[in-house]
Amino acid sequence: MQTPRCREKFREGSLGFNFTQFFFASLALGIALRIPSAALAAPAPSASTVSVAAAANLIYVLDALDAAFTRQGDHSVVTIASGASGNLAAQIRNGAPYDVFLSADPVHIRSLIVSGHADEQSFAVFAHGQLVLWTTRPSIRLTEIATAINDTRVNRIAIANPITAPYGAAAKAVLDRLNLWSAAQTRLVFGESIAQTAQFVETGNADIGFVALSLVLAPQLKNKGQWIPVPDELHPPLLQAAVLTERGTKNPAAKRYLAFLRGEEARQILKRFGYLIPE
Amino acid sequence: MSHGDAPFSVSCLPEPAVTFLGLSPALWQSLGLTAQLAAITTVVLGIVGLPLAHWLNTTRWRAAPLVETLVSLPIVLPPTVIGFYLLIGFSPEHAPGSWWQQVFGAPLAFSFTGLVIASVLYSLPFAVQPFQAALRSVPPEMLDAGSALGAGPVRVWLRVHLPLAWRGIAAGLTLGFAHTLGEFGVVLMIGGSIPGVTRVASIALYDEVQRMDYRQAHTFAATLLIISFLLLLAVTLLQRHRHLTRSV
Repeated sequence: MQTPRCREKFREGSLGFNFTQFFFASLALGIALRIPSAALAAPAPSASTVSVAAAANLIYVLDALDAAFTRQGDHSVVTIASGASGNLAAQIRNGAPYDVFLSADPVHIRSLIVSGHADEQSFAVFAHGQLVLWTTRPSIRLTEIATAINDTRVNRIAIANPITAPYGAAAKAVLDRLNLWSAAQTRLVFGESIAQTAQFVETGNADIGFVALSLVLAPQLKNKGQWIPVPDELHPPLLQAAVLTERGTKNPAAKRYLAFLRGEEARQILKRFGYLIPE
Repeated sequence: MSHGDAPFSVSCLPEPAVTFLGLSPALWQSLGLTAQLAAITTVVLGIVGLPLAHWLNTTRWRAAPLVETLVSLPIVLPPTVIGFYLLIGFSPEHAPGSWWQQVFGAPLAFSFTGLVIASVLYSLPFAVQPFQAALRSVPPEMLDAGSALGAGPVRVWLRVHLPLAWRGIAAGLTLGFAHTLGEFGVVLMIGGSIPGVTRVASIALYDEVQRMDYRQAHTFAATLLIISFLLLLAVTLLQRHRHLTRSV
């Protein structure tokens, strides 16, 4: 029995999957790759970089806004991190390196001001967002919200996570208000942000979904499927607010970016993406 | 510009009052769902993975290394790559999603079945590779003896080969089970976080952290940590025993 045992051991060692070896190899590789990137990230970010944490409904309009900001002659580099407003607020509270926070609900900014992570002086509401019901299904004709929700061909209704995404909270408020929540509940799927919610609808995996008007008006999604507006009075207003973070107060470029957001050119761009502009 | 006078929309879902061992019913539900997903995935991994491992071990087909590489791909592939392709593939707008919807009348994305398919793909190498090693470790003489006594190849495989390789097979199944518990990226992309259907433990923990309920998150994370540790300990013991008995 000795010979086959030796051979089998050899074969296993050379070909077999050894979990411990694999684990330590990946650990070593991870550390090796991690050190240079940490070394590169160590120098302080240059003052001409504006790091923006933006609510997901703003992702497309920010492409246009940032292009305009740069066109104005500001040579700052704008970097965008997008997500659900609640998630971004949690990141900032835990030390995420953003200069500007654009939230789809001022409540998240308020909580950061209270905890000393954002600058109250810089707080400003710069746009009102709009909620729409959207489908990319050719077989579904959108006329009314209630008709769409009660449509038996609608298997999946996408909304954003009502706890962290303001557009999700708005969608929930609409369904509550129209007494459709219980009819919809078993068919709801939750996007992690309004952008993921739109992606569920765009790929056709959700039959209909409550998304931001700014997303369906964006060049990337324009003319895809059909949408109907959701009346404003059915949900709390979707106020898009901006604030400098504690870190951003030391960044002149971040201040210029905030001033730009309130300027005429930015207003025109925001209007084009379906936002209402407060006077 | 309005300053400070903005109306607030505070959104809060009611906090579940009843807790058991410090975990809310929603978290227990997600834990149960995860166990169910992992168990079903493990059964499928056994049924699909064992013949596959045997075939990979014995085939002389030239393209076999390509198949073996494909099976191993999820070890290195970002889960978001799998998630993205599944999201596109599951869409009822085109095949195979449209085909599935026609045959079964329900879409694959955001469904438990969809998660099972994703988990099997995602955990396949973690089961198949230990299976291959385990099946290889059985001395060919034993199998020859079985054949000499008149058993057919299937009977030898089922009655001699698999029982002799049981430790390695158990290790592979446990690893497949444990790896399914650890699944996050794929489920985040195709799950839709539906309570009781696709809101598995890793997603529930993520949601708990997002809503900043760190107390629940701590308890839940510790629970998952302990479960994962015990499962890996089982794998280690199964594999150690195999090595030790062999070197005697």
